[in-house]
Parts: sequence; structure tokens; C-alpha cells
Amino acid sequence: MDERVMEDRMVDLEYQDSRPPCSCGGLFVIFRKEMADHIHSRRFLLVLALIGLTSIASIYGAVSGLGQEAGAGERGMNYLFLRLFTSGSGSVPSFMSLIALLGPFVGLALGFDAINREEAEGTLNRLAAQPVYRDSIINGKFLAGAVLIGIMVFSMGLFTGAAGLLVMGVPPVGEELGRIGVFLLFTCIYICFWLALSILFSVACRHTATSVMLGIGCWIFFALFMSVVVRVLVDILCPQDQMVTLGDLMDSYSLNLGLNRLSPYYLYSEAVSTIMNPSVRSTNIILPFQMEGAVAGYLSLGQSLLLVWPHLTGLLAGGAVVFAVSYVWFMNREFRGR
Amino acid sequence: MEDMILSTRGLTKYYGERAVVAELDLDIRRGEIFGLLGPNGAGKTTTILMLLGLVRPTCGSAFIDGMDCLRDSVGIRSRVGYLPDQAGFYPDMTGRENLRFTGQLNGFDGWELEEWIEELLERVGMSGAGEQKVGTYSRGMKQRLGIADVLIKDPEVVIMDEPTLGIDPEGMRELTELIRCLSEVDGRTVLISSHQLHQIQQLCHRVGLFVGGRLMAWGEIDELARQVQAESGNLDEIYRKYFEKEGEYCG
Repeated sequence: MDERVMEDRMVDLEYQDSRPPCSCGGLFVIFRKEMADHIHSRRFLLVLALIGLTSIASIYGAVSGLGQEAGAGERGMNYLFLRLFTSGSGSVPSFMSLIALLGPFVGLALGFDAINREEAEGTLNRLAAQPVYRDSIINGKFLAGAVLIGIMVFSMGLFTGAAGLLVMGVPPVGEELGRIGVFLLFTCIYICFWLALSILFSVACRHTATSVMLGIGCWIFFALFMSVVVRVLVDILCPQDQMVTLGDLMDSYSLNLGLNRLSPYYLYSEAVSTIMNPSVRSTNIILPFQMEGAVAGYLSLGQSLLLVWPHLTGLLAGGAVVFAVSYVWFMNREFRGR
Repeated sequence: MEDMILSTRGLTKYYGERAVVAELDLDIRRGEIFGLLGPNGAGKTTTILMLLGLVRPTCGSAFIDGMDCLRDSVGIRSRVGYLPDQAGFYPDMTGRENLRFTGQLNGFDGWELEEWIEELLERVGMSGAGEQKVGTYSRGMKQRLGIADVLIKDPEVVIMDEPTLGIDPEGMRELTELIRCLSEVDGRTVLISSHQLHQIQQLCHRVGLFVGGRLMAWGEIDELARQVQAESGNLDEIYRKYFEKEGEYCG
């Protein structure tokens, strides 16, 4: 070795010593890179445009619908600001139902190729050969998607609120803000569930095309066909001609409800419509005698929250289980040469 | 006793009933270039992945520089650079961004990292192409970027899986020169797996012949030639003779 090389080598060694302990920072580096990837990707712009257009359309629908109601001099126009999110007009569905329908799309778009694209491009082996724990890869990807979803949902909510405020001129009161906050939080968790599901598919399938098809399949099934399947199942389990007592009827209805709630789409829709509508008193079946003596009025935010607490835990648990499955699957998978 | 930087004892991997790697005892000296030779599917890549702790061996042990490949795989991966065959890079990022990402994963950051990247790009002859997206790179350029990527962590051991695959003769000459420098100038240990005997012969100090998951023979090329009584010191011939022997053994 000549002197210059020796010198270089010495510099390298010093440099190496100044290196901070790695592996703990790996998660953050991957998180940051995934964030940047998402934000720079065309796919994200597309999702953003879709969500933006949806928000504008639903605000337009809500405002024109509310205008007609107000013009007709309808009474009981309490919680006007919440109606901005919950009411549509004629052909335009409400903001809430549009999000319930399109939210899964956002989650799927952010995660369907998380792992299998890295495999296809041959970057996964290179990434795994760096001094990071293997779970940092999948955790970083999920976290980046989740944070992005959070930012997107809350900015969209604020945007819708602001636009509504400008057009209607009715300011929200504290409780309404709280309800909207809870609604947006529910939306984040709901979309994160779909993100977790799409990451699971990206771990399970070798091709991105397969994983996206599976994701879209689940989305359509839960949003459109689940209720049909449930109805058929309930018909089989509790045939109508054998129904004799009121108890039978209630059983069949409860069964229907319980099965429907297996779908995250239904669970989310039910939860947010309870939160955003203070006049909803129960999510289950109520008999007239149970309502006897009840004072007509609105529920407070705390009481509404109590009603949807099971929905919240259900959605969180669903997301956690799905992510755990993909985590374990990914961690136990062995790398192979391509 | 010689200074062995990498050693495996009874390293074995089964996929189902089939032994992909069987009872591998491998010793590699510090600072040498070792060639792992064998046909496709001989278990070379699996061996490498086991050394990096990315594949769990069915049994056996492997140590690199005193660290257990099974238990301390993160420590191993901070000292061992790995260039997979057809190393993939993120096509939407520039060469420099790809290197920066790897550098950050290894705990580097800031201007030190930028200077280091500049130096490495220059070393692999890519300083002009650092700002281009990797999607526009040719295969040879990707391979050179791969070497820069491996060097970013300043590894003591460099493992390359089929580095010469699909490279044109001129690119091959440059690549061989680069690899030789890793050992002779930097004093790093290099492990190359390949089935292209000719290039390996020019490059390696010692080779191991890998067939059907077993290491059939290892040593310097002359030594191997003596063992099979080959007329020339040509690796092709040695290799053929070993296969003939293997055929007799099986038949």
C-alpha cells in the first residue's frame, strides 16, 4: 500500500468510528423514504385529485340540499354544520357515504405493491442486506402510509369545513368540532385497515396485479355484496315461514345486524352516522316500551361515543389483526435468489 | 493458524426433502478473493443468504469476523456488503439518491455522506451519471452503481453474487479491475459466486467448486489442477474433470 492509500484508509477508519449506531435509525430512514416516494408518485396525485373532487361535489350537494330545506322553512335545523358532512342532495351522496365508499381505494392505492414491487425490482434483497431489522421494512411502510392517510383525511376534513363555512356562514360550535374530530379519526382508522389489508396482499402475492385484484375484490365485496350475502344467510338460518314470535323476528334482525357488522364498510358507516347524528340513540334494535318515558332530545358527544366504542375497538382490532398476519408472514418468509 | 475471516461448519439447508446446501465447511482468509464456483442451482445463492442471516440454516454454524451469522445478523450486515445478482435499484430515484438511501440505512448522514458518495461514484467511474434516474441506466452502469452501493458501508467483506452476468467484455474488464482493487488496494475480503469460470480464474486467489450443494474441492487453481491431473492450469478443464468424476461417482 502506498502512502496515499494508507491515508485514505485512515480517514475511512476515523469516519467509521464517527458513525452512529445503526439499526435503530433504520425504521426512520425507511419511513422517510416511503413518505417521499408516496408524495412524489403520480398515483398519490391521482388519489388526491379523486378525493378533492369528491369533497367538492359532496359540499356542493350538501349546500344546495340544505339551501332547499332552509328555503322550505323546515324546522329542527340544529347541528347545521354537521349536516354539511352527512346530507347529500338527490343524485349527490353525502361526504360521509362517499368517504365510506372511496376510503378503501385510498388505502389500497397506498399499499397494494408495498412488498411485492420491491421483490420484483430486486430491491428487497439489497434492502434486507443492510443493517436494519427486517421488521423495520414493513413497519416503516405501514407507518408512512398511515401518517399520510392521517394528513390527507384531516386536511380534507378541514378543507370541507372551511368551504362549508364560507358558503353557509354558520360557524360550528364546540361539540360539532368534537364530533367532526371523532369522525375524521374513525376515517383514518378505517382507511388504515384497508392499508393493512393491501400490505397483507402485497406480502402474500408475488405479482402486483394479483394483489391489486384481490384488494379491489374485497373492497367491492364488502361495499356491495356483503349485505346481499348476509340476507341470504339470514334467510337460510331463520326462514321467514318458521317465524312465530316477536322473539324470532328480533333474533333474525340481530343476526342480520351482527353478520353485517363483520364488514368494515358497514361497521364504519354505522359508527360515523351515529357520531355525526346526535339524534341516533342506539345502534341496535329498540322496542317501543324501551323508549317509554324517554325525553326527546339530542345525545351528548360522550353518550354518542359510548354507542360507537365497540365499533372503534372492532375496527382497530381488525386492522391490528390483519397487520399482524402480514408482519408474521413477512418475518417468517425466507429470501431466495431470484 | 491462518487468519480466517469467514468460516462455516456443517452449514446445511433443506428445502423440503432436498438439501440445497449440505454440510458446508468453508474457510476464507482475510484479504483474499475467493471464488465460489458451480452451475445454476448448486446452492451458491442460498449459502450467501445464510451468511447474511437472511435465510435460516437447517443446521450448522457460520461466523464472519467472530460474529455469529445467525444471532448477530444486523451486526454482520453492517460489516458485510452484499451485491445480489441483478442488483435492483429504485428506478424513480437517481443513482445518488439510491446511494444516499443505503448510506442512511447504514447510519451515515449529512455532508460526510455526500462526500463519500461523490468519492465512490468517481471510483466506479459514474460521477457524470449520479444525477440520472436509475431507470435510464444500462446494465453495466447498474452493476457499477451496485459496487458503489456495497462500498458505502465500508465493508470488511464483500460478497458478490454473479457479478459478471450479462456484462459486455469491456465492462467486464473494468469490473474485474474494480473487484481486484477491493482486495489489493483496500484490503477487503471478497467472495464471488459465479458460473463463468474464465473471469474467475483471472481474479481469484482461491476457488471452491460447488456441485449439488456440496463443496467438491477447494484451493488454489494450480493445486486443483494437480489433484485432477489436468494438463493445463485451466479452470474449465479442472471443472470438467470434476464433473466427470462426479458422474462416475453417481453412476
